Amino acid sequence: MKRMNALRIFALLLSVLTLLPLLSSCHGAKKSHDFDLPEQFDESKSYEITFWAKNDTNVTQTRIYEKAIADFEALYPNVKVKLKLYTDYGKIYNDVITNIPTATTPNVCITYPDHIATYMTGENTVVPLDSLFADPKYGLGGSDLRFDGPTFEELVPKFIGECKIGGGYYALPYMRSTEACYINVDLVEKLGYTLPEKLTWDFIFEVSAAAMEKDAAGNFKVNGQKVMIPFIYKSTDNMMIQMLKQKDAGYSTADGQILIFNDTTKELLEMVKNPAGARAFSTFKISSYPGNFLNKGQCIFAIDSTAGATWMGSDAPLSDIHESEKYDFETKVMTIPQFDVDNPKMISQGPSVCVFNKEDSGEVLASWLFTQYLLTNEVQIAYAQTEGYVPVTLKAQQSEEYQSYLAAAGSDNDLHYSVKMDATKLLLDNTANTFVTPVFNGSASLRSAAGQLIEDVAKRMRRGEKVDYEEIFKEVSALYRLDQIEKGDGKRELGALPDGSKWLIGTLIVIWLAIGGYVIFEKCKKFKKKDLTS
Amino acid sequence: MKRIVIALLALVMVFSCVACTNNQTTDEAEKPSASVEGSTEESTAPSTSGTEEVTVMTYEQFVAAAIDTKVCVETYVQAKQGWWEKEGQGVGTFYTQNEEGAYFLYEMPCTKAEYDQLTAGTKIRVNGYKAEWSGEVEIVDATFEILEGNFVATAKDVTALLGTDELIKSQNQFVAFKGLTVAASKNADGEDVAFLYKWDGSGQEGDDLYFKVTVGENTYSFTVESYLCGADTDVYKAVKELKVGDKIDAEGFLYWYEGVNPHITAVTPVVEG
Repeated sequence: MKRMNALRIFALLLSVLTLLPLLSSCHGAKKSHDFDLPEQFDESKSYEITFWAKNDTNVTQTRIYEKAIADFEALYPNVKVKLKLYTDYGKIYNDVITNIPTATTPNVCITYPDHIATYMTGENTVVPLDSLFADPKYGLGGSDLRFDGPTFEELVPKFIGECKIGGGYYALPYMRSTEACYINVDLVEKLGYTLPEKLTWDFIFEVSAAAMEKDAAGNFKVNGQKVMIPFIYKSTDNMMIQMLKQKDAGYSTADGQILIFNDTTKELLEMVKNPAGARAFSTFKISSYPGNFLNKGQCIFAIDSTAGATWMGSDAPLSDIHESEKYDFETKVMTIPQFDVDNPKMISQGPSVCVFNKEDSGEVLASWLFTQYLLTNEVQIAYAQTEGYVPVTLKAQQSEEYQSYLAAAGSDNDLHYSVKMDATKLLLDNTANTFVTPVFNGSASLRSAAGQLIEDVAKRMRRGEKVDYEEIFKEVSALYRLDQIEKGDGKRELGALPDGSKWLIGTLIVIWLAIGGYVIFEKCKKFKKKDLTS
Repeated sequence: MKRIVIALLALVMVFSCVACTNNQTTDEAEKPSASVEGSTEESTAPSTSGTEEVTVMTYEQFVAAAIDTKVCVETYVQAKQGWWEKEGQGVGTFYTQNEEGAYFLYEMPCTKAEYDQLTAGTKIRVNGYKAEWSGEVEIVDATFEILEGNFVATAKDVTALLGTDELIKSQNQFVAFKGLTVAASKNADGEDVAFLYKWDGSGQEGDDLYFKVTVGENTYSFTVESYLCGADTDVYKAVKELKVGDKIDAEGFLYWYEGVNPHITAVTPVVEG
């Protein structure tokens, strides 16, 4: 009897021991729960929500965020919104990733859908918005909202469509922009060229090559200066992505299969190679902001976001260069160069907003209300006016206030600065020609890899190094771990088990063997006893 | 009892497998790009091993070298701007200087442990490429190895060189400015203030501080670079206390962005009399 008790205690001890690793595996990870929308927003309870926002180092944008918060808090006195400002989407992304394991994410965050796809790898991290959109009281255009927010139908369909990830909505669009080519018309004409109605890559590279001629003193003939980089691209990620799209070439599938390393990509890199080597083409990473060179008369074609339009041109309201360095020229804003001018394609970009899940569903509801508030006409129109952005709601776009703003284009060099207004109109006229790339866990890395291909080729050519496309493909793929991106079907190579898991499984096998041995031993004993008694 | 134990163990086995799967996903979410360990080997392997012949440049040779050419210098760490992960690889940005001149090392691959090891005065040999970004000459795509030796530069007074073509010869060096007068910056409301968070006042506590100073007839923009000197440093706090018209001395690194834009590390009020 005593021996049986000892065995039972031993068995229990083994169970506890085997349970310990299981418990320890949960240590440090805070689990999120599904979000259930409360029946009623509890106004007797105080909420403090954090809003991580991005601005373009533009004080007007900061002020608009601050005003939006103050106005929202006046409507919902029990909610306090704490603003944290960033000027870089990448920094927000890194900070969110760091805060997911400790459940210290912000409540509301400006971000890109590419980034949300990574946030979603954490369980219940980002709140799915489909049911919130549709809620009759607190949803889009809901009856209990204390502000005049847009209905779902009043969102620009193309822009809200970009916030659908894996069949559900996980963000609201906040602002939209695209890229534009800002051109020094005077220098183009000085070189004997006339701008075509629609810009092509061939035209840009041809004019750029012509601009490299120098005089005997070593000055560039076209501008009489020591510096001339005819063509500068701010985002080489976008450059490669858009060229591939225009060529209808592979980039990725919707579920995350990487297609970028193809022959068309090699052709595109070949197109960039010699201009880069001749310094007729450069990038932001290599040289600096295209606008700085453009405004000094040291660049002819500067491609940057329409959200950077206030930095472009002789009369730009924002500038980093000294007054004495400014060059007087006519600025033309055109769509980015195309391969097929009859079928233009350009990227849709700009901030979206997502809501993070929290244990208190009331806190999440407060966050959702604030997120919707960012889509009111007051916020949308004010923020869109700060740069070459367009509002994401038809309600704002079609409002009298916004239409009056557009009609006053060029009437001053501040709010109605012509270059900014041209950039805005460019997107309004081309919304149907915009596209986004597929979103999946790893799509942000693929995006960076696309630009890295161009950066690598440009650097190698500038340094007089060999350019081997297969080698560059291999290096870029390894750098961004593109071979490890999980496909949408969930099947992938998981690699070797971690040491802890190996130890755990090993221990369990030993325990099972011991139990098996014990059972056999007991059976044998009983069998022997039977034999002896019979 | 035995049946319960067996059932329990089976459950543990199932849960353990599930736990392992979840951990895999979480790890991926935390580390979206290449592992630090992966990059360590690369960054610690110097491009010039002990047996290879090394041609170390003088500062004069470095200045004469064309942009995008390979350079090799021996220099001493003076200050660090920060360490971060870029595409999963650790990189650090350093202000370095030797007895002849200074070198700004931008995003040099290194592990956090190596970054911590590179304290002020540490001698390093750096191989990389000369680059220029908005007027700032720097070394990029660099590798390094630690050498024997130690040197910490004393601040060189360049006040008299402000506004002259000579100033750029001291680019990136640890320098001092004497007898500056704090000038007004305009905030978004058009008010005169002594400093701004970010260049236009669009920032908040913890962001770079910008302030203007006059020397003679000329006004210059100085920066407290928040990666180099964050909100908890003396210089950050001191600049926030400045008033327009204050007389100050300042020290910092002679950084360039579309013209001279020193990264200030110390500010002291000038005591009249």
